Amino acid sequence: MTAIAAAPIHETAPAPEPMAEPQHEAEVKPKDILIINYSGELEKVWATMILASTGAAMGVKTRVFVTFWGLPGFVRDEKRITGQNWMQRMLSLMQRPGISHRKLSKMNFLGMGPWMMGSLARKYNVASPRELLEAAQLMGVEFIPCQMTMDMFGLKPEDMIEGMGEPAGAATVIGLMGEGSAPLFI
Amino acid sequence: MSPLVEIDERVDARGLACPMPIVKTAQAMKMLASGQVLEVVATDAGAVKDFAAWSKSTGNELLEADSDGAVYRFVIRKK
Repeated sequence: MTAIAAAPIHETAPAPEPMAEPQHEAEVKPKDILIINYSGELEKVWATMILASTGAAMGVKTRVFVTFWGLPGFVRDEKRITGQNWMQRMLSLMQRPGISHRKLSKMNFLGMGPWMMGSLARKYNVASPRELLEAAQLMGVEFIPCQMTMDMFGLKPEDMIEGMGEPAGAATVIGLMGEGSAPLFI
Repeated sequence: MSPLVEIDERVDARGLACPMPIVKTAQAMKMLASGQVLEVVATDAGAVKDFAAWSKSTGNELLEADSDGAVYRFVIRKK
C-alpha cells in the first residue's frame, strides 16, 4: 500500500492568480475559417455574424459561404418579393427576405419572439446581426453566395446586399477545406 | 501596475457586449502604426479571456490587463 503524502497543514494560501498574464509567448497563427451559413433563423444568422466578425477582428481570414435557407438573409432588407416564377415568389412571400426579418426557430409567436429578442439585445448592448454584418464586411469578411441556391430561389445579384462575393459552388467549399480552412456549418 | 506606458489611442467599449469590444479594438488597431499603444476599457466580463486570446492570435502585445471590479482595462502595443 502506498502512502499518500499528507498536505502540509500550515501551507500559506496561494497568491491570487493575476487575471491575465501579459502575452509574451510565441504567437499562434490560427488557420482560415470557413463558415457555411445554411440556416436562416435569427439565432443562427446571429451566431454566423458573431463568429465572422470576431474571426476578422482576430486577424483570421474569414469566409462565409451562404447557401439554402441562409441566402434569403443576404437579400436587401427592403426587398419584399423575390423570384421569377410563382413558386419562387411564394417562397419569399412566406419567408420575408432580409437580415432584419429573420424568424426564431423556437418561440417565434408571429414575430413576438424576434421582437423581444431584439429589445433584449438593445437593452444589453448586443449588436444586431445587421450591425455585425456591417462590421464583418468592413473588416474584410468574404461572403460567397451559392450559385445553385440563387438559381433555385430565383435570386438575382441585384437582389442581394452590396459587397457579396462572386457566386460559387460546393467545389469551392471543399477546396477551401482541403487547403486547411476550419469549417463551421451553421 | 507596471510603469506607465504612453497611450496613443483609446477605445471605450464600456457597456458593449461580445463581440463588439474585440471588433472595435481590431478596427481601432488598424489606424495605429506598429509600436503604438491602444488602451481599451470594457465592462464585458468575457473580455478578460477574449483579449488574451485576441492578443495571442493577432500577435499584438497585451502590456497590461487589470480591473477595478467593474471596468476592465487593457493596454495593447501594436505588432
